[in-house]
Amino acid sequence: MTVAGHDRYDDAYLRAILREVRTIGMVGASANWNRPSYFAMKYLQDRGYRVVPINPAAAGGTILGEAVVPAIDTLPIRVDMIDIFRNSEAAGPIVDEAIAHGAKVVWMQLGVRNDAAAARAEAAGLRVVMNRCPKIEHARLVGTLEWHGVPSGVITSKKRKL
Amino acid sequence: MTSSYGFETLSIHAGAAPDPATGARALPIYQTTAYVFDDADHAAALFNLQTVGFIYSRLTNPTTAALEARLAALEGGRGCTVTSSGHAAQVMALFPLMSPGMEVVAATRLYGGSIQQMKNTYPKFGWAAKFVDGNQVENFKRAVTDKTRAFFIESLCNPGGVVMDIEAIARVAESAGVPLIVDNTLATPWLCKPIGYGATLVVHSTTKFLSGTGTSMGGAIVDSGKFDWSRGAKFPSLAGPEPAYHGLNFNETFGDMAFTFHSHAVGLRDLGPSQAPFNAWITMLGMETLGLRMERHCANAARIAAFLEKHPAVAWVNYAGLPSSKYHALAKRYMPKGAGSVFTFGVRGGYETGVKVVDNVELFSHLANLGDAKSLIIHPASTTHRQLADDAQVAAGAGPDVLRLSIGIETVEDLIADLDQALTKAAA
Repeated sequence: MTVAGHDRYDDAYLRAILREVRTIGMVGASANWNRPSYFAMKYLQDRGYRVVPINPAAAGGTILGEAVVPAIDTLPIRVDMIDIFRNSEAAGPIVDEAIAHGAKVVWMQLGVRNDAAAARAEAAGLRVVMNRCPKIEHARLVGTLEWHGVPSGVITSKKRKL
Repeated sequence: MTSSYGFETLSIHAGAAPDPATGARALPIYQTTAYVFDDADHAAALFNLQTVGFIYSRLTNPTTAALEARLAALEGGRGCTVTSSGHAAQVMALFPLMSPGMEVVAATRLYGGSIQQMKNTYPKFGWAAKFVDGNQVENFKRAVTDKTRAFFIESLCNPGGVVMDIEAIARVAESAGVPLIVDNTLATPWLCKPIGYGATLVVHSTTKFLSGTGTSMGGAIVDSGKFDWSRGAKFPSLAGPEPAYHGLNFNETFGDMAFTFHSHAVGLRDLGPSQAPFNAWITMLGMETLGLRMERHCANAARIAAFLEKHPAVAWVNYAGLPSSKYHALAKRYMPKGAGSVFTFGVRGGYETGVKVVDNVELFSHLANLGDAKSLIIHPASTTHRQLADDAQVAAGAGPDVLRLSIGIETVEDLIADLDQALTKAAA
């Protein structure tokens, strides 16, 4: 499935990804509690996702109870999604590793966008999200982001769910 | 996250989906101070801001959060923080931007209470307010120094009749690298959306048209989410390690939600002016009919302003909806649906006559509020603006002959008859 332009994503597209994905490899996960990647990992774990941290500098240690691996090709399990906390340029080869790994989704964090890599991933049958945070999108779609004064853009007469 | 729904749909639905626990269709009033934690780990994650959720109603509450989401949606903002009053919202808007020695450049045409707050109370925080005539946009440019951290204006100014050139002032703010704060209380987002013209923050007294019936105090700050707080290293609370939060960098962690997360997690936590859930609930109820009410407020005001302009006891009328107003073109541009319902007029005979008009009205209420369903009248020089010096009163549009009206949504002929008899008695 390809997304034209990648400037905006339909809520249905993001919902389907967040519903189907159960396991995530997080490239650039930090062991420092006040880094954005640590926040995202903690949130996603609390919502039932298994997140495996990938970070060569922290390999051998653990983050939030999960052993850190140095690279995608050393992941102990095949993950559904690779979440990238690296800069846009570095995201290129990481996307290729994600394709080789057999991930179904590549997700690049806020500020991270690599259109050429996204095209390669989509050509290989992966779904791609760029310049978004799965924590924020999850909280927005279930409505809990509004608890902090941020509107979700979702208008519904039904009870909110993902 | 701009929704494609129209204003009236958002006024009724934004922020208020059915209650997930009970299915209650109306917004529940969560009258609680605190919320149980699942376990110690959940509590820690909440206190670290790593997960969304509630800790204590001084910071966040589900009922006030619904109001925040609705107002942000109507203003086209990224996030919103509601406060106990409009005055609290002003302090809360500046709190993350300012530190001792820093300056805010404000237009002279502001609500008298705002001028008081800025002139006399801000210096106690070490903040300085520099006032400029906002009609000349270059005045903002001239007032900028390396200590400037914000511009502050009202879109439609209180006591009335004056419209600021928001887009031109926003451009000056942009080139100075500081956010423009716009008080949008008198216009409401139904008439004007300042973020679309380049404002960074929009503040409100929700006490007025948003709640609409003169029952509930409240304020709000809406953040556009468009200002880069890391620009120029001027805003260390938002884009540096914030000592009030274990060195957390809000800009890096929350991106375009940094201001709103900071104002809950630090501003409301440490300053404490949270809005009561019950007040938020009443304000939500009021906002469901905001568009309908504003339409009638504006139509009544236009009729009454035209009537007063021809009245022999009236010297002048300052309503931007009148073709005679020098702000008419700006009003057409920034608030094409109407020029609001708060305006001033001058009585022949000055201070004494003004006081007599107020004493003789029977339907208009003499009180210091505005934006009520009921029509209101006040003589600013003897009330809201009496603490100001004579020249400052005139500069604020509140000289001795000035009366301020806030036109309600009663039958317009009844309002005209009431003003007519009061003016006739006062002039006799």
